[in-house]
Formats: sequence, structure tokens, C-alpha cells
Amino acid sequence: MGKWTRRAFLTTGALVGGGLIVGVAIRPGHRTPKLAELVENEGETLVNAWVKILPDNSIKVIVPHAEMGQGVHTVLPMMLADEMDADWNTVSMEQAPAHEEYASNDIVREFALPGKAPGIVEDTLKGVTLKLAQQMGLQITGGSFSVRGTGTWGMRTAGAAARELLVNAAADQWGVAANQIRAENSYLYHDQSNRSAPFSALAEAAAKVKGSTQPTLKSPDQFKIMGKHVERFDIPSKVDGSAVFGVDVELPNMKYACVKCAPVFGSKVSSVDSRDAEKMNGVIKVVNLGAGIGVIAERYWQAKKALDKIKVTYTQPDIQALSSADMFTQFGQAMDAAVANGDEEDDYKIGNARSVLSRSSEVIEAEYRVPHLAHSTMEPMNCTAWAHLDQLEIWAGLQNPLGIRNLLADEFDFERDQVVINNVYLGGGFGRRAMDDYPVQAAKLALALPGVPVKMIWSREEDTQQDFYRPAVMSRFKACLDSSGKPEAWENQFVDKHEPVEAPTLPYSVANQYIHYVNSPTHIRFGPWRSVDHTQHAFFTESFIDELAAKAGADPYQYRYDLLSNDLRARSVLETAAKMSDWGKPLPEGWGQGIALHRSFNTIVAEVVDVDMSNGKPRVDKVFCAADPGYAMSKDGFIAQMESGIIYGLTAAMYGEINIENGAVVESNFHNYKMLRMNESPDIEVEIINSGTDTLGGGGEPGTPPIAPAVTNAIYAITGNRLRQLPINKHVIA
Amino acid sequence: MLEITVNNITHQLDIEPDTPLLWVVRDELELKGTKFGCGLAQCGACTVHLDGKAIRSCVTPISAVAGRLITTIEGITPISESIAPDEPKQLHVLQEAWIEQQVPQCGYCQSGQIMSAAALLEANPTPSDADIDIAMAGNVCRCGMYGRIRKAIHSASTKLEQINPKAEELELAPIASDQEQETDNG
Ligand code: FES
Ligand code: FES
Repeated sequence: MGKWTRRAFLTTGALVGGGLIVGVAIRPGHRTPKLAELVENEGETLVNAWVKILPDNSIKVIVPHAEMGQGVHTVLPMMLADEMDADWNTVSMEQAPAHEEYASNDIVREFALPGKAPGIVEDTLKGVTLKLAQQMGLQITGGSFSVRGTGTWGMRTAGAAARELLVNAAADQWGVAANQIRAENSYLYHDQSNRSAPFSALAEAAAKVKGSTQPTLKSPDQFKIMGKHVERFDIPSKVDGSAVFGVDVELPNMKYACVKCAPVFGSKVSSVDSRDAEKMNGVIKVVNLGAGIGVIAERYWQAKKALDKIKVTYTQPDIQALSSADMFTQFGQAMDAAVANGDEEDDYKIGNARSVLSRSSEVIEAEYRVPHLAHSTMEPMNCTAWAHLDQLEIWAGLQNPLGIRNLLADEFDFERDQVVINNVYLGGGFGRRAMDDYPVQAAKLALALPGVPVKMIWSREEDTQQDFYRPAVMSRFKACLDSSGKPEAWENQFVDKHEPVEAPTLPYSVANQYIHYVNSPTHIRFGPWRSVDHTQHAFFTESFIDELAAKAGADPYQYRYDLLSNDLRARSVLETAAKMSDWGKPLPEGWGQGIALHRSFNTIVAEVVDVDMSNGKPRVDKVFCAADPGYAMSKDGFIAQMESGIIYGLTAAMYGEINIENGAVVESNFHNYKMLRMNESPDIEVEIINSGTDTLGGGGEPGTPPIAPAVTNAIYAITGNRLRQLPINKHVIA
Repeated sequence: MLEITVNNITHQLDIEPDTPLLWVVRDELELKGTKFGCGLAQCGACTVHLDGKAIRSCVTPISAVAGRLITTIEGITPISESIAPDEPKQLHVLQEAWIEQQVPQCGYCQSGQIMSAAALLEANPTPSDADIDIAMAGNVCRCGMYGRIRKAIHSASTKLEQINPKAEELELAPIASDQEQETDNG
């Protein structure tokens, strides 16, 4: 665990109105009273930045992240409540407002990664790299770091600090030593004198005592809530239809908007003929958004029909609008040129791979490709905006509410305080809802119709064709084996380096490695897609290591196992998956197994698949997944995340392909951008390895990367065909 | 004026007859549990019941359902008169199973999943895995909770059998297959 810095301390203070407050401060100065203004209601005492004790002794935890199904609204309160020894049955949560005081990145920056923000943060605002310096406080939900960052450095610490303060207050009041007091289920006890009191009775006094700035956190054997099965807070509202997602926001006199943007990224509207549309029933206004057109109408269906009637022409984009095939040609040429000219960008170098390869009598080479992918969150992008007299108010599901707030303020010339963000449930995020395009559009529409709330809803077609895509990537390998069949040298070249930086890194011991890349940008905008660069690179590296195993005539599991002598944690994950799946078991004719291992966001995941190709087409029958996140704070929640990540990755592996033709996206809706469905969905078995809480791993993303190579490796085992391109259903030969 | 009956309440509506039922239910009747996912009968997020059968409300013009009985996710919750407003609502056996299995992740598809599953159990109280595959293949869950949905349907079915052991004697009604509803304009 990281160190509390000298800039982190506990503050206590009196609140206007008589309440008392204690908080975890991260920067010099008293942040806590400021926070209190934001979350304090009548009769509540803010014990620290992340928790309130209510007069009825119930506890409200303030969570600075958006809920998009990853369970963070439950897991974070679990972590805090456990450290606090709170009664879980009385714990509830409240989402923090979008405000600098809740910038989750501050927490991470101070405690976990001083001076370094996770990559997803940098990619967020415009799909291009932003300097951290430009980003005053971020409140990102992504990069799988809610639990790792906010959870450990914010929630657990705050819970432990609150508990310590309460114990100290009781010790003072009762005139006994603090170490004679125990806390349990939101009560404090002094057993010797038979005294007890609820937390709420001591909340006020707790604000006056001094607490340590380095509260002791529990060890896993002391956990009462963490690691247990706890029902998620958000689930009941998600089975009776009452959960409010962005698209469900309802405001007085609200109007509806539909938009359509230029099919080719970079094009702008050059002419608009909206005469017919403007005559249609219910149409209020046609708005030129620059990159596209929006229609505001009384009802959604009126806006949609009118939009279809508008004739728009677009300018030529500044950069050459390519097709998918041209892009791969471009990548190949850029890669060739980089090697020919010796201007490779080095990613990782150890030993001397090039010279070992040049001396080798047999070099194994392969080229891999993956296409662009869309996020396709179940809830299409939407946002409601209301331009008040001196305020811009936004309702949406956002992975980065604070960043969006700041961006809207800058873009439309508001003070930051004048932009109010209401963050609601996200009908899926996967990285897409960290982007700013849809709130900006909604703001433009609302500013064109001041005083009236406008709800903009994208069509599925717009959602598919105006995404920030997982980039198409090409990756080339060269390797040679030593006399025992182990890789002696490994060279890997790929296009475009994004985040996280370690994505192409091998877990295996290979003495000579040279990993390098060349940047070859296209006009297709890109963004973080569940696990970001890890999905592409896990497919590449885990396929190629499988090729080497085949070349060496080795069992794919044993081959990997032997190369993991320096990474025992990874080895035990691999071993667990193999055991779960009964690796090597006899299978019917036309069936086979495949295995893959990948570490991302600090979690190591190995997956084995049983694939049935007896009918010529691959069908994944079963997935065995072993995962080591250090410690899974919510057991069932973590399992659900693995299941979800696997299906997400399997959908991409089987079907996922966004094709670009003449600069525009071809696919439009689920009939041609296919999703895995119930009848194709494998059984998934997950085993968690809690190897230690020192390095907590993420849950939302690490399940995704290994699934594609596990399946293609199984297909190789069955048919002898090595799939070096995805999606499987397009490239497989039975 | 069009008349539709949703969750046993009859409404008179002055609205363009080609408006899909989905937007009427959501925006005119303010029943937001029914979701928009694709608008093309490809995802099932908008599933409601029309005379007890699962249909995709995003491609059903309101004029086509005038005078017929529509049920949405809000309507399958049996709310008994005797329950005080602050008491928890009584849940459908599928909703209970959904909580038990902790099915939803983002939750956006789940109204549609439950409506499809409810129509399935209505027609076939003890569905096999293959029956579930057919009945549920029209409902996409982008969060990939298919395994949990399957388990929850089986568990609800078992519960139903305990409540009503004669359930399997009910007449089997054919289930609208999703293939029929699929359009392909690609
Ligand atoms: S919204 Fe109706 S099926 Fe997708
Ligand atoms: S729970 Fe998110 S789409 Fe099904």
C-alpha cells in the first residue's frame, strides 16, 4: 500500500448551522467544509469526505464514480463500511456531485501513482492525448481503477479513519483507553464497564478529537464485508423498470432531438435544405451542429421523421478518407518503412533479438490483424441539456462527469460552477461514455432553444457510425527457438502505441526481446474500448506464443507453464485454469481446447475454452476462467465482471468488425454489427485467486483480453488452421 | 383519437398513428421501464406484451395496437391494493429470481429480458435450455449476462411449479419467433 503523503491529513471543523465535520484532506487547506456544502443535508454529520453518519445511526457513503453495471456503487461502500465496522444493513450510498472536491484522480495521484495518471485518463477528453497538466481534477470511471484507486486509497482509508475518530471520541467521553474500545455493527463498546453507544451519538464528539493520518487498515482475515457476497444496491431498480438511465430523464416541457452527423469523420456540413422538415408536425427547430444536423421537435418520433427529410451536403475531410483495406496497406507500408529506415519507435528491448534472429537458421514469422470495433452500449448515446439564464444543466450517464463539465464550460463560455452535471445510470459504458461528443451536441441544441430542456437521443445507426472505435491494428512477429524449443528471440512490431503501455508485454521469460512500433494514424477517431489496447495485443501475443508451442511440438499449456518460472503468480493462474478445464481431457470428434493468459489492470486472467466444430462452425461450449485480482472485494460482483468481459470479448472475436468504406462506417445496427446472443453464449466457470491485497487488480476489463486467442487457439487445435485475423466467423475455414 | 390499454388503464391519445408503441409508452404514458435499443426489432430492449405475447414495441405502430391489451414491465409487478404505498411492491416471480441471481449489470436490457421470459413462462412454465435459447435469442444483453438470465428463468420456473404444481397442464401457446421479426436492410 502506498504512503500517505505529508499533504494528506484529516481535518475537523464546525459547519454552518451547528453540525460538525471531519474529513480526509488530500491537499493543504481545509477541503472538508467545502465538501460539506455539497452533500450536507439537514441533520447529517459528514464524518469524512466519503461518509456521513445520519442521526438514526445509518450510514451514507458518497461514491465518486458512475454506476454502469460494474457494481461500484456497492463495492466502494463495502470497503468503507468494513473498515469502519459499520452495520451493513444500514449502509446506503449516494453518488457524489461532479465537483473538483471529488476528483477521484486526486486520490490516486496522491496515494497510488504520484504524478502519473492512468492512460485512460489521458485519452479521455477528445480521443487524443491530453496533458495531465490541462486536466484540473478528473472523476473518471474507467481503467478498472474504481476499486483499486478510490477503493483502497479513498474508501478504506476513510472508513478506518472514521472508525478511529469514533473510538477516540468514546475513549474521551468514557475516560477509558482507546484500545479497550471495540466497534461492531455501528456501535462502540467498552466491555469492561458494560457501556455502549451508537456511532451517531459520538459523531459530533468525533469531529473534535484528533485522529491519525495513517489509520491502520484491516488485514484480509479481519474482513467482515469485503470479499463476501453482497447484493448490489442498484439491482432491485433494474428489475422493475424504475432505474433512471440518461434516456429516461423527464423534465417539465421537455422537447426531443435527433441528430445525424457527417458519415465521414472530419467532414463538415456545407449545405442544408430543411424546408420540408420544418413544415412537419411538431418540428420546432433545425440546428446546424457543424459536424451534422439536429432537429428539435415536440416528440421524439416527429424529430426522427423530420431528420430523415433534411438534405445535407458535407465538405471533403481534410485528411484522406480511406477504406479498411487501404488502412491495412498503409499500416504495412509504414511498418516496412520503419524497419527499412531504422526509425522504429522502441517499446521494449532486452538482450539482442535482432542479431539472434539474423543468426538463426529458422525464423518463425507471422502477421496479425484486428479490425475496428464499436462499443455498442445497450443504451444508445443520449443527453439532456437545459440552457437556463445563467446556467447550463446536463443530465446524462457519463464516465467522466467532471471532465465533461469543465469542457462544456470552456467550450460554451461558462464559469465552471455554471455548468451543472446530473449523472445518472449508464446503460453500458465500456469506455464510450468517457467521450465528450454527445454532451457537447446536446448543449448546442439546448443553447439553440434557451429556457427549454432538450433531450437528444441518438439512433442505433448514429451510435454505431459515430463511435470512438477500438483502433484497427496490425502486428508482426519474428521469433526463433533454442534447441529445447523455447523462444530464444522475440521481435514484435505493431502500429500505433496507445494505452496502457504494457499491453504488448509478454508474461513469459524470453532472453532476447525487441518490441517496437510505428505510428500510422487514420481519420477514424478512436477511444478506450473495454481493456483498451489489451484486447488487440493479447490476441497477437497469445496467438503467436501458441504458434511457437506448435512449432516446438509442445503442449500449449505446458509450453506456457515452463516459460513462467519467473512469474509464479501468473503460473498459478494458468495452472488453475488448466485444472478447472481438465486440460487435455478426451473430447468428442471435432472438439478441442484452447488456452490463453494475459495480465491487464493488475489482474492476471487465464482462460481455457472447449470449442465444438463438429458442425464445421465454431461454437464455444464452455469457458473456464481463473483470475487473480489480488483480492476480489465483492466475490459475486467480480465473477459477474469476468462473465461480462468474456462475453464482450467473445462477441468481438466471433463477429466484431467495423468496416470503413470511402471513409464512412458501413455497419449500422445489430443486424450487421452482430452481438452474441443467448443461444450462442457458453457456460462460464470462474475461479478467483486471492493472492494478496497489496496490489489490487481491476475487474471490469481483464476478463476480455484472453478470450479471443483462447478460441482461435482451440480452432487451431481442432483444424490446424491458424486464424491471424478477426472476426472468427469471417475468417474461419472448417 | 386512439385508444390503448396499458397495464389495465385505458388512455385516449391524440398522436400520429405511425408513432411506435415504444415512444407512446415511454413519453406519453411516462412508463420509462421499456427501453429503446435499436429501433429495428434487433435487440429486444423494447419488449412488451400484446395480449400476453412478447412483441417489439419499437416497430409496432400505435395504430396497430389500438383497442388491445398491452403490458409493460411496470405492469407485470402485481401491486395488490392492500399494500400501503411505502411498503415494498410485490415482485413477479421472475423479478425475484433476477435479484436472487444478481442478473443485471448495467440493467438496460433487463426490462426486455424479463418481458420475454415472462411470455415464455406463460406459454411454457417448464422451459428446457433449448426453449430458452429460442425464446430469448431476440434479446441482446451487451453486458453478457446470458448465463445468469438462463439460471434465473429456470429458478423462477421451479418456484412456479411449487406454487402451482399443475402449471405444466396449461395449454402451450406458440411463441413468436424472433426470426420472423428480424428485418435485414443491410
Ligand atoms: S429497440 Fe426494439 S428491438 Fe431493439
Ligand atoms: S445488463 Fe447491460 S445490457 Fe444487459
